[in-house]
Amino acid sequence: MSPQYRKKIVVVGHGMVGHRFVQAAVERGLTETHDIVVVGEEPRPAYDRVVLTSFFEVGAEALSFLPEGEYDDPRVRLVLGTEVEGFDPETRTVLLDGGEVVQYDELVLATGAAPFVPPVPGHDLPGCFVYRTIEDLEAIREAAAGASVGAVIGGGLLGLEAANALRQLGLETHVVEMAPRLMAVQVDDAGGATLARHIESLGLSVHTNAMTSAVVEGADGRAVGLALKEAATIPAEVVVFSAGIRPRDALARAAGLDLAERGGVLVDEQGRSSDPHVWAIGECAAPGGRMYGLVAPGYAMAEVAVDAMLGGPGAFTGADMSTKLKLMGVDVASFGDAFATTPGALELVYSDAVAGVYKKLVISEDGTRLLGGVLVGDASAYGVLRPMVASGIALPDNPEDLILPAGRGAADIGLPDEAQVCSCNDVSKGDIVAAAAAGETTRAGSTCGSCKVQTKKIIEDYYASQGQEVDRSICEHFPLTRQELFDVVAVHGHRSFDQVVEAHGTGRGCDVCKPVIASILASQLNGHVLEGDRRTLQDTNDAYLANIQRNGTYSVVPRIPGGEITPDKLIVIGEVARDFGLYTKITGGQRIDLFGARMEQLPEIWRRLVDAGFESGHAYGKALRTVKSCVGSTWCRYGVQDSVQLAIDLELRYRGLRSPHKLKGGVSGCARECAEARAKDFGVIATEQGWNLYVGGNGGATPAHARLLAGDLDRETLIRYLDRYLMYYIRTADRLQRTAPWIDSLDGGLDRVREVVVDDALGLGSELEAAMARHVDTYFDEWKATIDDPEKLERFVSFVNAPDVPDPHISFRDERGQIAPEDSSGPVSLGTTIPVGAP
Amino acid sequence: MTTSTDRSTYTAVCRLDQIEVEGGVTALVDGAAVAIFRTHDGNVYAMSNYDPCSRASVLARGIVGTRGDVPFVASPMHKQAFDLRTGQCLDDADVRVPTFDVRVDDGIVLVGPPQEHP
Ligand code: SRM
Ligand SMILES: Cc1cc2nc3c(=O)[nH]c(=O)nc-3n(C[C@H](O)[C@H](O)[C@H](O)COP(=O)(O)OP(=O)(O)OC[C@H]3O[C@@H](n4cnc5c(N)ncnc54)[C@H](O)[C@@H]3O)c2cc1C
Ligand code: SF4
Ligand code: FES
Repeated sequence: MSPQYRKKIVVVGHGMVGHRFVQAAVERGLTETHDIVVVGEEPRPAYDRVVLTSFFEVGAEALSFLPEGEYDDPRVRLVLGTEVEGFDPETRTVLLDGGEVVQYDELVLATGAAPFVPPVPGHDLPGCFVYRTIEDLEAIREAAAGASVGAVIGGGLLGLEAANALRQLGLETHVVEMAPRLMAVQVDDAGGATLARHIESLGLSVHTNAMTSAVVEGADGRAVGLALKEAATIPAEVVVFSAGIRPRDALARAAGLDLAERGGVLVDEQGRSSDPHVWAIGECAAPGGRMYGLVAPGYAMAEVAVDAMLGGPGAFTGADMSTKLKLMGVDVASFGDAFATTPGALELVYSDAVAGVYKKLVISEDGTRLLGGVLVGDASAYGVLRPMVASGIALPDNPEDLILPAGRGAADIGLPDEAQVCSCNDVSKGDIVAAAAAGETTRAGSTCGSCKVQTKKIIEDYYASQGQEVDRSICEHFPLTRQELFDVVAVHGHRSFDQVVEAHGTGRGCDVCKPVIASILASQLNGHVLEGDRRTLQDTNDAYLANIQRNGTYSVVPRIPGGEITPDKLIVIGEVARDFGLYTKITGGQRIDLFGARMEQLPEIWRRLVDAGFESGHAYGKALRTVKSCVGSTWCRYGVQDSVQLAIDLELRYRGLRSPHKLKGGVSGCARECAEARAKDFGVIATEQGWNLYVGGNGGATPAHARLLAGDLDRETLIRYLDRYLMYYIRTADRLQRTAPWIDSLDGGLDRVREVVVDDALGLGSELEAAMARHVDTYFDEWKATIDDPEKLERFVSFVNAPDVPDPHISFRDERGQIAPEDSSGPVSLGTTIPVGAP
Repeated sequence: MTTSTDRSTYTAVCRLDQIEVEGGVTALVDGAAVAIFRTHDGNVYAMSNYDPCSRASVLARGIVGTRGDVPFVASPMHKQAFDLRTGQCLDDADVRVPTFDVRVDDGIVLVGPPQEHP
């Protein structure tokens, strides 16, 4: 065989897509027959522009696709820092800016796009930037060092990215958007409003409906502000333009190739331009007349062009423009027909303004298919929803479950194998499973990362199908965890067990799920635990607002906040105990327990206690028990703060708060820690400067010491953190999980709690505080409410048909001068002589 | 109107509406404590109130629900489950609680003689 003539491909631009083209060419054997020359204008090899903002944190090296600076394949030559000035389709040559002329057989334009800078006066002043390259970011960083205020023109996806960067650089930041909402291309009005609230809560100023008329020039000739039409001027020493992008098609234009109406090199489905030896891929190309400002379609074009050069049939026929990103900690996703433009399309909206979550599904007229959607604040469902749109699988019966906060949808929807999971790299579910089975990995998740969660889930499911499976459902009646149930109840606004079980469960419940639902309803509705059908959901202690004892009697524990009690009140307790013959004991929780009350005596005992100013101590509930206190600075010679006052205040603030397990607190007046605060779910220890807050302690069978969450807090901050911590626990912990194991179960553990509670990284703080404020405002004493309600009192009888006959099973013996229960050996009969009238 | 109920062996104990749906009451029948439950599907069941596991008279205060198709009450003391229809303990084959015939007549609940179970 004669030596083959090797052809030459010249690639203009070494950005994300140019790089992918070379990778595909090497992988698929195109370099067996072709040499490749890549000419890139930037000083460094291709890097991950999608995560450009992380440059500030991780540096250029970490973003690079080619840290070595060259390709392994010697048939690829990389020429960097060099601009292509033009090309001639007649002679098939390109001209480099150094004067070098390079011959080509095939020319691939991968020149990307450039930020559009509107020609307002002052747009080129020093202090004005765009946001596209590492060099842009370096320049912005330098300018920010001497500035305090910045502004971004453009509230789209990239503009918000840039605004985040300015904020990270420590600038007070404004976002100026012409449209009535942020991210106008991706999300609808309600979604944009939710996003704006999030962003404003981070301290940025958002100006929508705002037209920039000029960049204002300061005395030193640098930018100092933005003049807006019909609004006050905004100060800005650093101005970033992010008002859209324009394809870089100048080379093609100069060479006389066809361009699309709105810019971009017009190419066919394989990427060929009007000259058969010139190709265009990525953001500079307009297949079928349309340009795509995302990387996934560019990658697809690169693969297709390589395929075409190898004689393959590949074609690019349009792309999924779905986006998911995290902006300043806020999830935003938009996919499919997000604006419900399909005729007859229906919208299903879940919105929680306080939580800052907005979710919309667009559904086909007949309700069988998902067409698209918008997710703001929580995009965890994106991984399962987007492939549902792409693969057209039938919607489940309760489509709203797909956007309920807990992301249970992701667990239930069986995606078909061909469903595309990673759109950046076109990886299907089948590909991922096959790779997992072979112990290999795919490219899924390696570009924008938005499919990572779903990819992980598919791999986990695969492994689970091979062996062990974890079932976190609470019982046979609900295929949900406590946290998921909490969210389901919140979303649907359920008010009764019947509603919950009909919508989400099977059967009629049991002793496991009923108390859980009772507790969730109590946390969300703050009503009486004996209200309506909720009574029958309660464990016996809650049902009778007292603790059942071994012989069927009850104990009564009035609240004694902080362990502080007046002699008069002590006397009342003593009198009640004496009059009803109750066994009396000081508890380990700094209060007094009265044992041996018959059920029918409870109302009368409560009446006496309530009249004397006592209320329920919730010793029976999965609720706040006590906030234990030492005597503190008032009396103790070592005390540095008033621990008693704080303990009382905290106990009164959180009394009645229903939670996944019981909650206990403690406050010590100095580091000697006499209140054992660090053995409590929340513990506070006084310092000279304020209070140290510890979380996640308990005694019991698996003791845990509480760990420091934040130090030297003033009272107000302490209470704010406690509000957030307790509500976060209530919302997300499992049934009967105390705070210590709950913290361990969180991804990130105590650091996670700190992020949410102290740093407010999720922006949840104000919502959690508001939920606690609701609790505090609606608290009432359950004992008093019961003795005031004849209907509730009806149940407090020994026998429904003989209310005056005491239960003969209950008898006592004497022990150390007080009563003690006597065990019964079997059912007791009173004989057949009790007359019973018709009821 | 007359009913088939034989008043001599049945004791009227309360109105049906005095028993909450999925709740229970205790009644005194021939000197013994009987727990009477009302389920969601409208059935009424009666069994001894005495929980043989904890040896306390408390079953009427338990939570009522279903295990599969079996209506049951969970003892409020240590949560053992009892089949409302037969009194069989679902957690311990050797334990069973006596059950009683029960009827509802004109909105009145009547408890009859102990039931025989195979
Ligand atoms: C009365 C008291 C013992 C005493 O005489 O001192 C007591 C009595 C009971 N404790 Fe306790 N605990 C009492 C202080 C404690 C303490 C000490 C403390 O609070 O400082 C602890 C260890 C600290 C802790 O909770 O972290 C304690 C750890 C437990 C546990 C184990 C919890 C755990 O997370 O492992 C249980 C079981 C449970 O809740 O599931 C428990 C459960 C119980 C129950 C509710 C058991 C039951 O279901 O019947 C007892 C019935 C109370 C009643 O009838 O009134 N009790 N219990 C104390 C009441 C305090 C109060 O005023 O409310
Ligand atoms: C901050 C930021 C965030 C983004 N986030 C996302 C996201 O979340 N998801 C997403 O899908 N997309 C995102 N994008 C868009 C994505 O980066 C682009 O779609 C992708 O980079 C396009 O690749 P490309 O190769 O076509 O263009 P580029 O990556 O821009 O590469 C083009 C290269 O060609 C060079 N060049 C141009 N003209 C010449 C010439 N005449 N001679 C030599 N070289 C030349 C340029 O200097 C450049 O290096 C983001 C972009 C930015 C800036
Ligand atoms: S903790 Fe400190 S202030 Fe409180 S009683 Fe003990 S020594 Fe005194
Ligand atoms: S969808 Fe972007 S990496 Fe998978």
